[in-house]
Amino acid sequence: MTTDPLLKVDGLRIALSGSKTTYNAVEEVSFDIGRGEAFGLVGESGCGKSITALAVMGLLKRPLSLGGGRIVLDGEEIQDASPAEMRELRGSRIGMIFQEPMTALNPLSPVGRQIAEMFVLHQKAGWSEAMDRAEEALRQVRVPSPERRIKDYPHQLSGGMRQRVMIAIALACSPELLIADEPTTALDVTVQAEIIDLMAELCAAKGTAILMISHDLGLVANMCKRVAVMYAGRIVEAQPAEAIFADPQHPYTQGLVSSLPRLGERSRRGRQRLREISGVVPSIQAYPPGCRFNPRCPRATDVCLSVPPDITPLPADSLVRCHHHG
Amino acid sequence: MAESLLQLDDLAVHFKVGSTFAGGIHTLKAVDGVTIDVKPGECLGLVGESGCGKSTLALAIMGLIPPTRGHVALDGRDLSERERLETARTVQMVFQDPYASLNPRQTVRRTLADPLRIHGVTDKAEVEARVADMLARVGLRPEHADRYPHEFSGGQRQRIGIARALILKPKLVICDEPVSALDVSIRAQIINLLLELKDELGLAYIMISHDLGVVEHVSDRVAVMYLGRIVEQGGWQEIFEDPRHPYTRALIAAIPDPFQRAAVPARAKAKGEIASALAPPPGCHFHPRCPLKADICVSQDPPLEAIAAGHRAACHFRDRSG
Repeated sequence: MTTDPLLKVDGLRIALSGSKTTYNAVEEVSFDIGRGEAFGLVGESGCGKSITALAVMGLLKRPLSLGGGRIVLDGEEIQDASPAEMRELRGSRIGMIFQEPMTALNPLSPVGRQIAEMFVLHQKAGWSEAMDRAEEALRQVRVPSPERRIKDYPHQLSGGMRQRVMIAIALACSPELLIADEPTTALDVTVQAEIIDLMAELCAAKGTAILMISHDLGLVANMCKRVAVMYAGRIVEAQPAEAIFADPQHPYTQGLVSSLPRLGERSRRGRQRLREISGVVPSIQAYPPGCRFNPRCPRATDVCLSVPPDITPLPADSLVRCHHHG
Repeated sequence: MAESLLQLDDLAVHFKVGSTFAGGIHTLKAVDGVTIDVKPGECLGLVGESGCGKSTLALAIMGLIPPTRGHVALDGRDLSERERLETARTVQMVFQDPYASLNPRQTVRRTLADPLRIHGVTDKAEVEARVADMLARVGLRPEHADRYPHEFSGGQRQRIGIARALILKPKLVICDEPVSALDVSIRAQIINLLLELKDELGLAYIMISHDLGVVEHVSDRVAVMYLGRIVEQGGWQEIFEDPRHPYTRALIAAIPDPFQRAAVPARAKAKGEIASALAPPPGCHFHPRCPLKADICVSQDPPLEAIAAGHRAACHFRDRSG
């Protein structure tokens, strides 16, 4: 059993119901995350990465709904679990961190209580024991003077401190999987680095797997062992983190990797004109037929305009979805 | 040395915050003694985290906030001696959020033509010609002139924002995080466009960004701000290859760098968070987060001193390179 992945997402489809038609916001999304493995899902806004995470947590709300596919946590299918069962899973076996800690925390409750709640709800602890453990949890995420901070309300903490509280809540019950959706996007760069290091360190210590969602390919590649790139609702490429930078296979990934100025590049090669990806991300109502990247792709041919590419498996557990990859 | 286009001389902008009833009035030193210049056609990168005062500095240069102390001089004349409209013809701004910075009820044509009319270009044919020329320069089509902002994508909106900034032929454009609100795959288009326009029109830029990759790519010189002050300034190569202030090194070390290309080791990362500008730490403002902190840093405020020609850092240990 230990060779089974911790999380298996298989053929996930998420439906978006419009007033007349139903669109597939996400389709044919499949990936595995091993126990203790850090896995990254990268893409631009609107590509479906965040709702993929919401689907795993059972948090899709209308107009979004699960249209098909399986979500398997530790050998058990959870896509049809009841809301009560999912509530039990979230927090105890799946922890979550969102982008903006101010909106994820309850502004009317002291942060210590919000952490302690996890122990009371999921581990049947009494409140006084739970508060002691909340203080210890704050110490673990390196909030200074945790004995005073547990009484603070979210607005009394800085952005970085609030995100530490979120991490403490997410990891309170030592979940098997941590889902982090743009956990540092709202933070300053130097604080971001600290939070990422802290998250990676705590998850490694607890053996927690991570599903990291971000638009920042560099950030994800730094932290994760494997990375999948999403475009317009589909995974277009998945590779080990080093390979996604060194040898991207999909034209979109290649465009992303070479379109951003990288630190140190100008010193080594002088100022080169940045390679542009032409055009814009298509809207869900107007996904082009065939390969969804075809209007922006330098390699598009007739087949790309009509036939959606299938997944091509590559060595080293990699895959690409392109007629002309490489 | 070329004549400066913009000269800031000990510029300070302080705000009074609070009230006499609730905890008293405090002084927030958003910008606290900044001296720097920008030469014609030059790009100055301005780097720092939120709350460091970089946007307040931009507003002071635009003449939108009066300085508490010090001077802003454009083309050799103090801002206080210049007419508001004259300043607007010299310095313009491109904003971060192209969704919020365009008037949703005005067509692109009106957004571009209004500044011309306000500045005395009344000939209809000339207004039309200049609007059409500017649209072409920023990569928009002539028929786009009659559309409203909501009909455009984020990247196109930022092109409109750039066109509006350039329509009066300014000499200096302040770009305040011009690409950070855009989709990743669109950013390269806008950065390339800004660099092309700089060459074509001989513009000077102040490029405000927290993205060091972008700043390194576009800047000739770079200034790093922390809690209202410049802590290091120099040519882009000096800043990125031989940074001397621990905060500059911390910023570089904080960039996720899968290939370890940057010239700074990971141990240079800063601890903790930026202090409140209402109560900056004594001595060197950076000392609570600094890996090099010594007793002198708590007691003495390090001046911005030269390391080499044009390269200055405000650190007691500026001679250490790592």
